[in-house]
Amino acid sequence: MPEVRVGGLRKEYGKVLALNGVNLTVNDGEYLSIVGPSGCGKTTLIKSIAGVVKPDAGDILIDGNRVTPLPIEERGVGYVFQEIALFPHMNVYDNVSYGLMVRGVPQTDRRGPVEEMLHMMVLEDYVSLYPKELSGGARQKTAISRALTSGSTLLLLDEPLGALDLKVRTVLRYELRKLVKDLGLTAIHVTHDQEEALSISDRVVVMKAGRIVEVGSPMQLYLRPKEIFTAKFLGEANFMIGEASNANGGSPLFYVSGSSLSAGINCEFSPNNGETCVIAIRPEFIDLTSKAGNVNSWACEIVSASFVGDSIRYEVRTENGVLLLVKTPIAGGESSLVIGDKAYATLPEGNLLLYRLPEEGLEKALSLE
Amino acid sequence: MPALRLLNVTKRFGVLKAIDDVTFEVKDREYLCVLGSTGSGKTTLLRSIAGIIHPDDGDIYLDGERVTGVPAEERNAVYVPQTYALFPHMTVLENVMFGPLAKETNKNIAEETAIKVLRLVRLNNRADAYPNELSGGMQQRVALARGLSSGAKLLLLDEPLGALDVRLRLELRTELRKLAKESGLTVIHVTHDQEEAMTIGDRILVLRKGKLQQLGTPYHVYNRPEQIFVANFVGNTNFLEAIVQSRSKEGSTLRLREGLTVRVSDYSFENDEAVILSIREENTSITSEPRGDESNRLSGEATAVYFLGSFIRYVVKLTNGDEIAARVPIKEVDAEIKQGDWVSISFDPANTHVYEYPTLGLQGELEAS
Repeated sequence: MPEVRVGGLRKEYGKVLALNGVNLTVNDGEYLSIVGPSGCGKTTLIKSIAGVVKPDAGDILIDGNRVTPLPIEERGVGYVFQEIALFPHMNVYDNVSYGLMVRGVPQTDRRGPVEEMLHMMVLEDYVSLYPKELSGGARQKTAISRALTSGSTLLLLDEPLGALDLKVRTVLRYELRKLVKDLGLTAIHVTHDQEEALSISDRVVVMKAGRIVEVGSPMQLYLRPKEIFTAKFLGEANFMIGEASNANGGSPLFYVSGSSLSAGINCEFSPNNGETCVIAIRPEFIDLTSKAGNVNSWACEIVSASFVGDSIRYEVRTENGVLLLVKTPIAGGESSLVIGDKAYATLPEGNLLLYRLPEEGLEKALSLE
Repeated sequence: MPALRLLNVTKRFGVLKAIDDVTFEVKDREYLCVLGSTGSGKTTLLRSIAGIIHPDDGDIYLDGERVTGVPAEERNAVYVPQTYALFPHMTVLENVMFGPLAKETNKNIAEETAIKVLRLVRLNNRADAYPNELSGGMQQRVALARGLSSGAKLLLLDEPLGALDVRLRLELRTELRKLAKESGLTVIHVTHDQEEAMTIGDRILVLRKGKLQQLGTPYHVYNRPEQIFVANFVGNTNFLEAIVQSRSKEGSTLRLREGLTVRVSDYSFENDEAVILSIREENTSITSEPRGDESNRLSGEATAVYFLGSFIRYVVKLTNGDEIAARVPIKEVDAEIKQGDWVSISFDPANTHVYEYPTLGLQGELEAS
């Protein structure tokens, strides 16, 4: 049940700064995911912790021991990565027992832990099969089993489900969390799939351009992101630029393209009168109704509608020309609005996210690079 | 006249039927998504239409003309492979001109065509760049441009967004559809991502082990899945084993394990027949207190609560040991429900589907992709 601490980690590849001073503590027994756009440094970070990449500066501590100079085999970590690396000439059983074998554990003593692991991963029926005879899901389960039988209690997962079909991926992610919790492991999991990160993690780390942008519980990051980039990267959000008015008394009011928007009392900072701010709202929090609501209800027209199964995604244009993305959950295939329909888009006060206008400008702050 | 017609097409690789007696039509200017898991025969289907491989049985018609046996370069169809396959030593413009130059000896005309197409994919300002100077998304657009510059009316796209970063993939979905519609192209787009298929396709064709399972609009395929496989592959669905207890014109009563009963609107099965009951995760509601007015109210323990962003997913273990998952829109979430709570779960009989009990058993049917 290890704790991991990373301090001042830097890594350069030529001119590219993959890690630009990363500090992070992963608690004992925690399931932590790292997300971010391609090239943000998430893979370099987990590879540094694993000992596959040597950082230029900074330190890595596992359970208080400085492991920075140690190679991967001396760090006591289980490392699983996307390109499934099973030995093709070994069956499932031999692949899983490999870690114990190279550590010199005699064959009779290997049987117990290997069989326990195969049982836990529901791989008993596959023991004598070779990797090429397995489905992608079973292959990756074998790889995870192999990483764990060696006795590691720190599991490093580098896009472990990335090569699998969507359906298998969704099933396996819940199994993965259950396994980590049942065994009392610490897991660090890098993924490009934000739903995967949100659904199975205790905390999520959002990275951009070699730095950590924000760390928090999935709900914190999704519902009340402190950083504008988190709001952009996790889930979807509408971003509007508005000017604060009468900001000194009561709840702040904003003007967005001439329409007023009351921000309620949830506001995390008090904008100055006349200050330009960014107001964001997730598309699933906007209500589309035929009658105007009491607060923050804008007349609009449906510009596009697309059915995505459990929801309909609308693009609407308000009478003042603001284009909004709206996601309406549907159950059982209810009737929906069509292009050209008039409606009211209501933006509930409590779901508005407010940010100061970033110094580098909104576009730069939201960009993925 | 349909742009494409397949009649009883079969392609064998050894004993394996990669495509098994497939018949369908694609309308002129239609955007068709072919959905299936790895190994379902999607790519083989696309390559047969392109003429890169030739089916063992059946016929293929393009614009009403039988093209079976006609070589790829003589078909009015272009195949864009999953990997970009750009020439690294050629500029973007040269890559895109490659196709037109093969047919057109006049370099000026070929260049004109290429520039027009690059403008369409919004890369005309990067015409002189080399592939390695471009982002993944841009490279994908160059590959598309190369496909478009061939002048073919039928575009065959093999996982065109598969290699891209998830954010970019979402953005390019809409662009791809828009581009096809603006250019008046007929498109067949192969993917394993059900949400992608639903967002982009006019219709979806679901493929399993080389066999056509269902062909219809996204709405139709999602709300009226004709088979357990389709219901499972598209969307998130609960399946329960049941026996028909009684039936009338208003529907049937099904008996679950341990004698629990539920009402469904289907009445096509006989009494005592073994069936599979399916309910979409978002079509179930979950409450901590039974409301008393719901139909099909079952109680159980919430064994897991997963935050997915715009939805929260609850897994409930019923008193008979069966599990049902509920997917609740974040706006409607009852914050009181925690893991371990005793809850009440219910669903509308009209939102259920009933299927014949599969010969492989439920688990066997779900696993056989």
